[in-house]
Amino acid sequence: MTNVKQKKKYLLYMVQVHTNFRRAELESLADLYNIDIDFATYSEDSPFFYVELDSDDVARDWIKRSILTRAIYEYWGDGKTLEELHESIKSQPFIEHYKQIYKNDSFKFEFENYRGGSNKYSTKDRIKQIESFGYLQFEGKIDLKKAKQVYTLIEQYEPISDNIAGEKPTHFIFGRLVQTSNRRSVEKFDLKKRPYKGTTSFEAELSLISCNIAQVKFGSFMYDPFAGTGSFLVAGGHFGALVFGSDIDGRMIRGRSLNENISSNFKHYDDSNKFLDVMTMDFTHNALRSNLVIDTILCDPPYGIRESIKVLGARDPERFVGKENIEIDGEKAYLRKDYIPTKKPISLDLLLDDLLNFASERLPINGRLAFWMPTANDENIETIVPLHSHLELKYNCVQEFNKWSRRLLVYINRGPSFNGPTNNGTKRSTTNFRERYFSNFN
Amino acid sequence: MKFLTTNFLKCSVRTCDTSNDSFPLQYDGSKCELVQDESIELNPEFLLNILDRVDWDAVLSVAADLGNTTLPPNKPVFSSTSVDELNEDEQAVLRDLHVLLVQTNIVEGEMKCKNCGHIYYIKNSIPNLLLPPHLA
Ligand SMILES: C[S@@+](CC[C@H](N)C(=O)[O-])C[C@H]1O[C@@H](n2cnc3c(N)ncnc32)[C@H](O)[C@@H]1O
Repeated sequence: MTNVKQKKKYLLYMVQVHTNFRRAELESLADLYNIDIDFATYSEDSPFFYVELDSDDVARDWIKRSILTRAIYEYWGDGKTLEELHESIKSQPFIEHYKQIYKNDSFKFEFENYRGGSNKYSTKDRIKQIESFGYLQFEGKIDLKKAKQVYTLIEQYEPISDNIAGEKPTHFIFGRLVQTSNRRSVEKFDLKKRPYKGTTSFEAELSLISCNIAQVKFGSFMYDPFAGTGSFLVAGGHFGALVFGSDIDGRMIRGRSLNENISSNFKHYDDSNKFLDVMTMDFTHNALRSNLVIDTILCDPPYGIRESIKVLGARDPERFVGKENIEIDGEKAYLRKDYIPTKKPISLDLLLDDLLNFASERLPINGRLAFWMPTANDENIETIVPLHSHLELKYNCVQEFNKWSRRLLVYINRGPSFNGPTNNGTKRSTTNFRERYFSNFN
Repeated sequence: MKFLTTNFLKCSVRTCDTSNDSFPLQYDGSKCELVQDESIELNPEFLLNILDRVDWDAVLSVAADLGNTTLPPNKPVFSSTSVDELNEDEQAVLRDLHVLLVQTNIVEGEMKCKNCGHIYYIKNSIPNLLLPPHLA
């Protein structure tokens, strides 16, 4: 006899998109809820992953926020044919126990298929399939609207070629639904339906995934220093953080009108109480008080592609000597409400150094900094990921496009004792990103 | 700009960082236009979490700038982090804090650094913390 709590077997059914981000998302969510997951049998090539977990509650916590998962099921059995599946279910050591627990609950059956193309079954066929599970002896009533238990038959097909779906399933899995994922939010936050957006807005799915990997959580404080139209802010608000953003470009922050700005987006999503503010500010002249703890920093810094990389200050300081003394109507010009300060270009590397430094000072220990960085797919150009001695580079997830790619870099603040490797901007490069990566193609 | 934001903002001039006078900024009560946004709902659990990072002395200072000198001298403490366990008085305090920190908006106004004297403006609820070149 051991007194180790008996674990149960679960099936995770995931999506086969953004697989470079999938394990990072699952690991980050598990870590957020202190759940131990053994990834030994995890494969990027499969939408299925069998795991042992302590309870349904643990499974729910783990998967309720996930974007790259469809659902998690309590595993009942699997096989190459329907007959094999039934044999498998009947032979499970837990099956009599499961039958007893759910015997009187209302229930329904659902069907999922992986790579099966459009539905190949008639209603009659489906009813026959359902009846073949009669030996489970469920006595509750069938309830299609709010069944207490949802049993799911997942069929897996092998496509004959890229365009031709397989005729018959090659694998059947059966389980009881424990928790659906948060995938429906991808629709909800779709940019097409968002009232205020712009050319720099970040797509919904990867914004939400970024928040999961950055562990944005309820009641915490999230900051986007390059907020633009606020894509990461609405995603962070969705996960319950108090979100705050700033951008050097006041036009982005103000939006098009009072009904078409970042604040109105929050109203649209019914998350207004998660939105603190946005303001016009140069990240490198930061006005957030230094003892304010920022739990998460999440952003897409400027790369000189759709927007320039600028900070406050004069490009040609000599031209500005003495200008602080200019007066208009007896008032210092620079103190007037309509004053527009001049800006100067800086290199991306210096800006990223600033970002890493800021994160190391403001994040709590174990707080996360996550930002996006585009890179070329040219083998001759080495991608140099910035590093800071207090920050552990935890993830480097690449999203490939035709001629370029971008990556989500995720760092964890480990504090001064971490003593990690560094490579500040002057060591990385002196040319700017556009020259380095984007001069040869568009 | 929400009242709560005043609790996070210092002067953006770098040389003011070492001064205790750069936070909080000083709000010009005669020039600040306040609007109450009652549509923002109270989420008690959320607000309790956020209160941890509120600097109460700064709340008092900004509230006084804006003409409110009736706040308690110390940050309210709550007997539990679970909302259901709070007594009625505590729930009322939480509602008051929500009205003050979250629903109160400075729509137009100006704020000044008590160290260097630089003035920042708030227009259409959005503060502008940019600096002229001689302060950048
Ligand atoms: C790639 S965009 C980010 C867009 C944003 N994720 C969105 O949802 O629209 C980069 C932003 O950084 C801003 N930016 C550039 N330099 C800055 C600086 N020094 N401080 C703050 N923001 C800056 C630009 O104005 C631009 O809006």
